[in-house]
This record gives sequence, structure tokens and C-alpha cells, in this order.
Amino acid sequence: MQTAVRARGGLRLEAHKERSTRDPIATAAPPAHAVLTLDQHAGERAVPIVAVGERVALGQPIARPSTLVSAWLHAPIAGEVVAIEPRPAANHGGAPALSIVIANDGSDARHRERAIEDFTALAPAELRQWIGRAGIVGLGGAGFPTVAKLASAAEREHLALLINGAECEPYISCDEMLMRERADEVVLGARILMHALEARECVIALEDNAPQAQQAMQAALTRAGDERLRLTQVAAIYPAGGERQLIAAVFGKEVPHDGLPRDIGVLCHNVATAAAVARWVARGEPLVSRIVTITGAGVAHARNLDVRIGTPIAQLIEECGGYTPRITRLLMGGTMMGAALATDEAAVIKTTNCIVAASARDLEPRQPEMPCIRCGNCAEVCPAFLLPQQLHLNAQALDLAGLERYGLMDCIECGCCDYVCPSQIPLVERFRQAKPHLAAHLRARAAAQAARQRYESRIARLQRLEAEQRQRLEEKRRLARRKDS
Amino acid sequence: MQFPTSPPPHVVAPNTVGRVMRIVIYALLPTIVAHVLFFGPGLLVQSALAVATALAAEALALRLRGKPLAFYLGDGTAIVTALLLALCLPPLAPWWLVVSGTAFAILLAKHAFGGVGMNLFNPAMVGYAVLLVSFPAQLLSWLPPHALDIQTAELSFAQTAATIFTGRLPEALAWDAITSPTPLDALKTNLALGMTMQEALANPLFGGLGGRGWEWVNLATLIGGIALLMLRIIRWHIPVAMLGSLALCATIMYAVDPGTYPGPLFHLTSGASLLGAFFIATDPVSAATSDRGRLIYASGIGVLTYIIRTWGGYPDGVAFAVLLMNFAVPLIDRYTIPRIYGHAERP
Repeated sequence: MQTAVRARGGLRLEAHKERSTRDPIATAAPPAHAVLTLDQHAGERAVPIVAVGERVALGQPIARPSTLVSAWLHAPIAGEVVAIEPRPAANHGGAPALSIVIANDGSDARHRERAIEDFTALAPAELRQWIGRAGIVGLGGAGFPTVAKLASAAEREHLALLINGAECEPYISCDEMLMRERADEVVLGARILMHALEARECVIALEDNAPQAQQAMQAALTRAGDERLRLTQVAAIYPAGGERQLIAAVFGKEVPHDGLPRDIGVLCHNVATAAAVARWVARGEPLVSRIVTITGAGVAHARNLDVRIGTPIAQLIEECGGYTPRITRLLMGGTMMGAALATDEAAVIKTTNCIVAASARDLEPRQPEMPCIRCGNCAEVCPAFLLPQQLHLNAQALDLAGLERYGLMDCIECGCCDYVCPSQIPLVERFRQAKPHLAAHLRARAAAQAARQRYESRIARLQRLEAEQRQRLEEKRRLARRKDS
Repeated sequence: MQFPTSPPPHVVAPNTVGRVMRIVIYALLPTIVAHVLFFGPGLLVQSALAVATALAAEALALRLRGKPLAFYLGDGTAIVTALLLALCLPPLAPWWLVVSGTAFAILLAKHAFGGVGMNLFNPAMVGYAVLLVSFPAQLLSWLPPHALDIQTAELSFAQTAATIFTGRLPEALAWDAITSPTPLDALKTNLALGMTMQEALANPLFGGLGGRGWEWVNLATLIGGIALLMLRIIRWHIPVAMLGSLALCATIMYAVDPGTYPGPLFHLTSGASLLGAFFIATDPVSAATSDRGRLIYASGIGVLTYIIRTWGGYPDGVAFAVLLMNFAVPLIDRYTIPRIYGHAERP
């Protein structure tokens, strides 16, 4: 295997994965009540197709996608729908959002779905449609409905599939554990996705600090014996696993700023997404569970759990021996981009990759903010090659032209600039606050441009019609004159 | 259980402006030590005066602007400005020179523009330029380095302090007897008088590389500068571009006429070349901010330094070169925005 590739920018951060990778993945007990938020994926909210009081089986669809960019929801336990009401939602930081609540009857009675023995027997379009039924979304954290992503690239030829196992954020280790223990599932999922996309090759990328995962994946690839798939190591430099950064590192080309990876012939899926596809196609299991890393000095026994979607986070903490006295904060995701949760009553959603029960020492508290001294540390680490120091200046003045020139919309909010800033300026927060202003400005300008274009083409059309009319009139007169003479 | 929330990222590096400035101050120590060894304890008195004035001026400005005193006084930026200015002044310069220069630097060059992070011009160089324009005689009469044995007697610390505060030398010493021009100044004067380069360099002021004593101070500065580079407090672009363009100009002119123009090594090890390249031009606030911008900015400083030294009215040109390029920074920044990921061209 060749040496690890890397993209420009980024930071070497301490991984903090040792504690949670010591023990194998354990299966968490199914919850007494499962809470399923209806908007737990990117795009539009799902629409309930069950009523309160209805009995559901494990794996039975309970909400359908409302649009093309939406996803099915399935019952993660068997039991009775007891409520459809707002509940604390992890994707809202713990604030309530409309959810379906199911009471467990303890039977785990399954809703049977067909398992496909030979996925190559299905036409790619048929396979894509079938995958759409599983409610799978991007499990790396973005939560974009997988079927929509597949559809977006379906017409492209010579696609390269990129399977993202570069889990770059500190503390998160669920993908590494998945690759260590369920490598065959990942490889099978990748092959199914390749068939669904008619992709010509598949690159599975993982970081160079996960030797056990690399060995397991290599072994699984050898077992699969599919020459079109290969493994690539990327340097463990945050944010190596960012989609655009990973594509630049692996393929040496950049995704256009106003485009998608498919525009340069690449489609990227997370390893856990691939594994979920394999479970659905080969075993008929929709997305009702996922692997979640429970870690941080605020929890007694850090480890990875295989968790039913909808399990309250408090229950997972209990399974890991409960909180230690040092607990101060609760994060969903890693320490760089993760969201702080206000309450552990919130339930695991499809994109919950990690829960950090953080002690004060896990989190470096920010010092008081100083003015920017333009040191440029931020520009050096920015993986989008921006000048955060100049963006900050323009954000302070809310200079929209300046924000546009310095590429505010190209900021991926990875937090590298924040991390290195000696003036301790919360740059990402400022950029997030400024983005809606610039977005509104750009929308308004686009609308104005479209209106002007419409107006101008209307004038041009009217002038053309008038000219044609005049010409016809002229022609008639000429003919009349000729007749007269 | 309920928890407090805050926006990500939830960890940041334990780095502060205060830490950066402390490291810069430590990196100046080799220069200060070499300076004291060759030019006597005058620098220590000048530095103490400069730092005290800077802190007092900073406190006054913060008070007037209604800013928290302790927080901003502790950031160390005023101390760095004070030390850089003190390093530029002759060791026996009268006390009111360093005090007025530092006060000007802090009050007008820094706080009138909005304080830390907002100054368009390097405060220390503004202070120095004001003094150089106003009191050229005092600023250009330096002590000769000890290595020359010209001095009839080395001044003790007490004598040095007394001289600085009273403006009078101890009995039996005359100003003319103990002061001399800087090597750059001497070279310029002698070449103007029609001497050849060999004759001019035969003066005991000159050593193996540049001015005697000065070359060692400059080497000490290089050590501190390399430490700053290794600790990633500064990046290579500014020192390399400034010294590179200065050396390039010197090499070209030396090749044209070695009898009139000293070579690149002389220029690199004389005057404030290295102090300028590693400690002055690298002030991030008043420098260009992108890598390419910094290369252009510092190249300009190197070229201007050479031009002022060679054809200008002052023996050294680093201060004016830095200030002139400070003027150009907004323009440079505007035209050196790097290409953004996923964009074909630079904005």
C-alpha cells in the first residue's frame, strides 16, 4: 500500500480514540420507549404513516419521505405507537421536535422484508429504488438521504465511488470499530453501491492511524476478490474525512465550488452507510440501528455500542457505567464540529456517531477574546484555502461584498481557524451568523438579475415583433406600389 | 440531566496573544545580550525607560478609551514595541528621546488607530521615524563597539545611566572622543568623500562581514529569528523575501561596481537588516496577510531598504522601508487573495 495521501490545510489533533476502542462493539439493550424525530435527516421532514395506538413490528415503516430529499423511518423496536408529539431532539440540541414514540413490547417481532441473494441480478435503477426503501441516510454525520445522492449521480458514466472511512474528528471511533469488526459488510455495501451506480472503480479511504481497521479491510477485500475495489490511506489530519478534502487527497482534483462531487465523476459515501446498504439488501434489515461511540472522561466505561435508533442517550450512558463526577458537558459528534446537547433525554438519531460525555479537561475553555492580530495561523490551516482573518474583518463590518470576495460561502465550518486563533476569536460562530445575511443578499441579487433578464428579453422580443411587423408592412406597401406602377 | 451548551468547536489550542508576545520577547534576548556586550549597558537603561513609558502610555490610552486595563496591559504588545524601539536607539541617547519616541508610538501609531490589531503602521518604526526626522544628530551618534578599543574607558552602568539622564558625560570624557557613526553611516560618508571601497572598509569600524560588533549583534538576532520560525510564531515568507531581495539588489550592484557598492553579506549583517527581517517586518498587524502578499510586501521592504541605504539621505533604511510598505498593505491584500478550494481562479 502506498504512503498516506493528504489534502492542503488542516490540523494534527489528538485522536482520543484509545479509550473507546479497547473493547469490542457491544449491543445496547433495546429501549423501553423509542423516540423517532421526524426530521432527523437532511432535507424535508418525513410524514407519519402510523397512528397512535397502532401496533408496529421491528423494521416496519412508520413514516414516509415527503419529497425526493427525505427518508423513510422504520420502527426500531416492536410495540405500540404511544404518541406523536414534540420530544427533545438531538438534532435540535435537545429542543423539542415532532417525534413518533413507540412503547417496547419486548418481543422484537420482525417485519419481514425480502433479502436479495444476488444483487447483480437487479438492474441498477431497480437496485437504487430498492435501497431508497431502507431509510438510509449519510451516516458520517451529514444525514443526506442516500437514495437522493444515488439519484443525483445516476446518469453519470465512469463514476468512481469513494467510501469514506477517514474518521478525522477527535473522540469518534464508530467507523474504525465498524471496519475492524464488520469489514465484510462494508465491502459488500461498497460493491452493491457500485452496481447501483454502474461505477467503474471504488476507493475505500481510511486514516493512517487505524492499522487494525486497515488490516481487517484488506482481508475483507481479498475475500471479496473484486479487483475494482482498492484501499487508500490518508494522513490523519483533521478534516481529512471532509468530503471535499478527502476527494482532493484521494483523486487529486477539487469539487467545483458551485457543484457536487458527481461533477468530477466521484460519489462519496460513508463506510457505515455502505454497511447499512449491505444489511438492507442482503438481509432485508432497514436502518433501525447504528454504532455509536460513547466516550469522554465524564462516562465510566468508554466504548462503542450497537444502538437502536431512538434510544435515549441517558440509557446509553447507563450502559457504559453512568456518568463520572467529572461530567460537565454533553456533545453529539466530535469536539470540533459536534453539537452541545442541553439534555440527555434526547434520543439517538441516524446521524448520532458519537456521544462525548466531556469533563472540564476534555474541553479546553476559551480565553477572553482579543482583537485579531492578523497572524495568519487561521489561513495556514484552512482546508478551503480561505483567509479567515479577512473574513472576520468583513463579518465584523457585515461588508457583504467583502464577505463574498473572501469566499464566506466556501467555509465548511470545520473549526480549524478557531482552534489555532491566538486571539481566541469564535470565528466559526461569527461566520455562521454572517452566512444567512450573505445568502439572502446573493439570492436577492440572483432574483434581481433574473428579473432584469426577463425584462430585457421581453423588450427584445417586443422589438423583434415590431420590426417583423414593420417589415411585413413595408413588403406589402412595396408590392402595392409595384402593382400600382 | 441538563447541560450547558455552546457553539462548536468545543476545544481550542491554549494559545494567546500574550504567549506569542512573550515568545517574541524571549527571542529578542540574544540580540539584547550581544548588544550589551558590544555597546555597553546603555540598552538596558533605554529598554527600561521604553517599557515603563510604553506601559504608562498604554494604560493612559486604555483608560481614555474605556477599555479593561489589566486585560490589555497583559498582552505584551506594548512591551515588544518598546523593546524594538529601544534596540534602534544609540545606547547613550538622552532619556527624553526614548520616552517621547515610545509615547508617540503607543499613543498615536497604536491607540489613535484603534489599539492592538488595528494599527496600519508598525508602532515602533513610527516612533523611530519621528525621532530620526526630528533629532537626526542624536540618533546617528553611536558608541563604537567595545571590540575596537577606541574608548578610553568603558562606562559603568551607573555612569551610563547618569549620562542618559543628565546628558553629560563623566569627567574627562568628551562626546567626540567616544561616539562614532554606525558602520553604514561611515561607509556612506567615506564613499561620498571619494574614498574607494577598500579604503573605506579599512576603517576599524568594519569587521569580517559587516560592521564590527554589529555583525555579532545581527547573528544573535538571526538565532532569535530562527527560534521564532521553529516555534511557528512567524512564517518564512517575510524574512526570506526581505533578506533575499536586499541581497539580490546588493549582489547586482556589487557585480556592476564592487568599488562603490558593498556586497550582499555586508548588507545582510549591517544595520537593522536581520532585526527588520525577523522582528519588525514580521509584525503581523501591519504586514500583508496572505502568503503571496507577504512575499510582495517583504520584497518591497528589502528593495526600499537597499535604495535608501545606497542613494537616500539616511544611512539605514529599514524603518522607512517598513513604513512605506505598510502604506501598500491594503492594496497588496486586495490583490493577493488566494484561490479558494473549488474555484478555478483567484477572487
